[in-house]
Amino acid sequence: MLTQHFPALLVVVPLMAAPLIVFARRSLASWLIALLATAITFGIAASLLAQTLSEGTLVYAMGSWEAPLGIEYRIDAAGAFVAVIVAAMGLIVMPYSRVGIAAEVRSEEHYLYYALMMLCLAGLLGILVTGDAFNVFVFLEVSSLATYVLIAMGRDRRALVAAYQYLLMGTIGATLYVVGVGLLYLETGTLNLADMATRLVDVGDSRGVLAALAFITVGISLKIALFPLHLWLPNAYAYAPSPVSAFLAATATKVSIYVLMRYFFTIFGATEVFDARATGAILLGLSLAAMFIPAVVAIFQHDMKRLLAYSSVSQIGYITLGISLDSVEGLMASAMHLFNHALTKGGLFLVLGGVVLRCGGAGFDRLAGLGHTMPVAAFAMVVGGLSLIGVPGTAGFISKWYLVSAAMHEGQWWLVGAVLASSLLAVIYVWRFVEVAYFRAPPADHPAPGEAPLSMQLPALAMIAACVYFGIDATWSSEVSMRVAEVLMYNPGVGQ
Amino acid sequence: MTEDIQLISLLLTPLVGMLLLALAGRWPNVREAITLITAVVLFSESIQLAVDVLGGARPGLTLIEMLPGLTLRLAVEPLGAVFSVISSGLWIISTLYSIGYMRGNKEKKQTRFFVCFAGAIFAAQGIALAGNMLTLFMFYEAMTLITYPLVTHHGTDHARNSARTYLGVLLGTSIAFLLSGLLATWVIAGTLDFRQGGILAGHLGATGTALLLVLYMFGIGKAALMPFHRWLPAAMVAPTPVSALLHAVAVVKAGVFTIVKVIVYIFGTDNLMSLGSADWVPVIAGFSILSASIVALRADNLKRRLAYSTVSQLSYVTLAATLLAPISIVGAVLHIAAHALGKITLFFAAGSIYTAAHKTEVSQLDGIGRRMPWTMVAFSIGALSMIGLPPAAGFVSKWYILSAAISLEHWLAVGVLALSTLLNAGYFLPIVWRAFFREPPSDDDDHHDEHHAAHGEAPLLMVFAQTATASMTIGLFFYHEPVLRLARAVAGAF
Repeated sequence: MLTQHFPALLVVVPLMAAPLIVFARRSLASWLIALLATAITFGIAASLLAQTLSEGTLVYAMGSWEAPLGIEYRIDAAGAFVAVIVAAMGLIVMPYSRVGIAAEVRSEEHYLYYALMMLCLAGLLGILVTGDAFNVFVFLEVSSLATYVLIAMGRDRRALVAAYQYLLMGTIGATLYVVGVGLLYLETGTLNLADMATRLVDVGDSRGVLAALAFITVGISLKIALFPLHLWLPNAYAYAPSPVSAFLAATATKVSIYVLMRYFFTIFGATEVFDARATGAILLGLSLAAMFIPAVVAIFQHDMKRLLAYSSVSQIGYITLGISLDSVEGLMASAMHLFNHALTKGGLFLVLGGVVLRCGGAGFDRLAGLGHTMPVAAFAMVVGGLSLIGVPGTAGFISKWYLVSAAMHEGQWWLVGAVLASSLLAVIYVWRFVEVAYFRAPPADHPAPGEAPLSMQLPALAMIAACVYFGIDATWSSEVSMRVAEVLMYNPGVGQ
Repeated sequence: MTEDIQLISLLLTPLVGMLLLALAGRWPNVREAITLITAVVLFSESIQLAVDVLGGARPGLTLIEMLPGLTLRLAVEPLGAVFSVISSGLWIISTLYSIGYMRGNKEKKQTRFFVCFAGAIFAAQGIALAGNMLTLFMFYEAMTLITYPLVTHHGTDHARNSARTYLGVLLGTSIAFLLSGLLATWVIAGTLDFRQGGILAGHLGATGTALLLVLYMFGIGKAALMPFHRWLPAAMVAPTPVSALLHAVAVVKAGVFTIVKVIVYIFGTDNLMSLGSADWVPVIAGFSILSASIVALRADNLKRRLAYSTVSQLSYVTLAATLLAPISIVGAVLHIAAHALGKITLFFAAGSIYTAAHKTEVSQLDGIGRRMPWTMVAFSIGALSMIGLPPAAGFVSKWYILSAAISLEHWLAVGVLALSTLLNAGYFLPIVWRAFFREPPSDDDDHHDEHHAAHGEAPLLMVFAQTATASMTIGLFFYHEPVLRLARAVAGAF
């Protein structure tokens, strides 16, 4: 049966597509291969989610080598949920890329773009599906290296600096992670995550485990761009080619958040992380700082891409806040926001990509009068912005709803005020765009551009429409998020 | 089944109207015909609904399950029927008025104006028909957003800055307070449905209830309870038909409507009465009534004076609702209707003065009653209703509120009502006196070109609209039986 190989194929398909694209070389052929590969990958991810929802954890021995010797792939509803987000985003970005990168990447480099996107996709999905701690590191590096190059492809020369900055910080993060894994290996003698979880219970209170927790938390937090480790993110999102910004904003940080959740709840266990140590308090403090400080910084940006990037750092704070609550409700809110924010921010960056193509930049001086020159795009940005604020009828509202009720369930009433107060900051930064787009005259040298080409417009509008759809009918997303939270909380991968 | 269609069509009619309006933008006559037809259709649907509700029907319809256990739901009760009829009925008249005003003042972007206007009515219907607090909250926020382009209609810096206040206060209060109140209610009571007698009884002690009530009272920023009233004068930067229908009727009434709904169907009047958690609200409302009146007294700009009068009159409803007696609830519901008619007339008159004479300040109105008799007679009737004198509708509602206050021996409320009547007279009667009994300024021609100096009445459609609402203000004084019956049903029949 082919379906039993799905956990492996999820990674293998995009991984094999990359060299194929390099052989094909021609821009159109590369695009077609990439499109086909992402479509298949998405199908696999969707079927894995359906399977894990109905049957629980799927275990796959790579090359039929059983666990302690070989590398085990292990995917449950939590991993499959994030995998669907990643694969869906890949599938949406691909049709968009054809025109989307034409203006930003030289045509002889198109094949590189597609090949690297495939590697990035393979790496991100690999992290989600593997059951091996060191393998997580490998895939983390595969996706990161691809990302560095993708960012460097940006038209602006500052993209090189941004990529270099991310390279440095990302490598530090990965190194810290691998040191943490090394320590865990010393303590437990295994790299298999499920075994590690069982053996850690016997190890008990040890300085090595504490150090491992610290290394892994900081390392992954760098990749998450958790405040104040977010410094790489604004430049990376701002100078990368538009489809790359959209793809990264919706996926890269989300996958790292998944890794953090896994380590906290499945490997170390919530008691170790939250009850015995101050991790919860630290994470809570950083989340609150993330919700406010970058949001204020976003208000003072003069470039829409940077504004959205700082907004991402701020929104990541909501997700980690849910984790820090150490409850099923909190985790559910995190999972929910992971999904909803991917939709919202992915959609916004896609719309913005079309705008940048037409207006020649995302600076506010270029976007002035956008409501008149590109009415559809401007309106779509406003709707996406409303979702960032969390206005009812958008996906962002649902996240806020669950996050606030999770805080209430924990009796943390003051957090309610904090979450809602930070949404008010979102009102301000979103309205900066509204006023630029609708109250300022278009720049004099404006070529009266018209809307973006359909191949960019449609995927972007589809994302924004999804933002509204999942804001009105959130039964599916909330049920799946609930399952994800339960899997993470009560199902530590042992005794399956 | 037919009930379902009836409810859905109340929402779909303005929505379809919006779509057609957007498509018909190029042909102004077609566009305006569409607005009128939509308004008439909506009004007839809404009257039909009110008749059914009077007959005892309580139709309900679940639209969609939004979250597990939480639905978007429509359900009609008498208060909703009243609000639905008021907003759709006055939409017809203000459409006529808008056509005259927008053409008379050669306003730009008329299509956007009419589309957003229809959108605001759509939101108003949604608020009126909402079957639970979540649905109401969705339409409440939608109304804030859809009226934003109307407030900023002129696109000037002044409009932009005023709209910042508008949006900041309305979105800010609703996200920071109302949403947290909503979520707290959901966590505490496990439901957000509107039920006779409330859903919080027995779930929460006196202090908790009082705190939750704070969140609701200040969270419903559209009711303009001080200190969150600043958005309303700011909204006056919009064209006058917007001020008339939205910022005297639809938007602000959505606010006090929500307050009455929350008091009656979420907290429950008996529950609040026995806990004593609402005792502080009449004090704040009384303060709002008096201080807004004092600001109005000093305002020279006519629309600003009317806006502060609205702030004051809205707090009448809040005050009446939080007196918690059945008869005061009746007064609150009646006042929603009475103030709507009176205040829209006043704004219509202000817009007519602006269109015909280009005057915006009270001090410029000397002798204008001779040139614009219809306008100023309508204005005077509206003013009578604000003061609460017969034969205007304002008298009826004030009568009920006052008798409630007296029978409850709530002397603070009695004092506030008496003092506010004097203040209302103090800022409305001088305008009437100026208009009819003062000589027009003789050096008028120095400041105005010939066209303005020789102005007469406003365009016919505008005169017609204000005459109609003025007549209705008097009409409601003599015949308010159906509204009274609906109001009694809200109060739980006595």
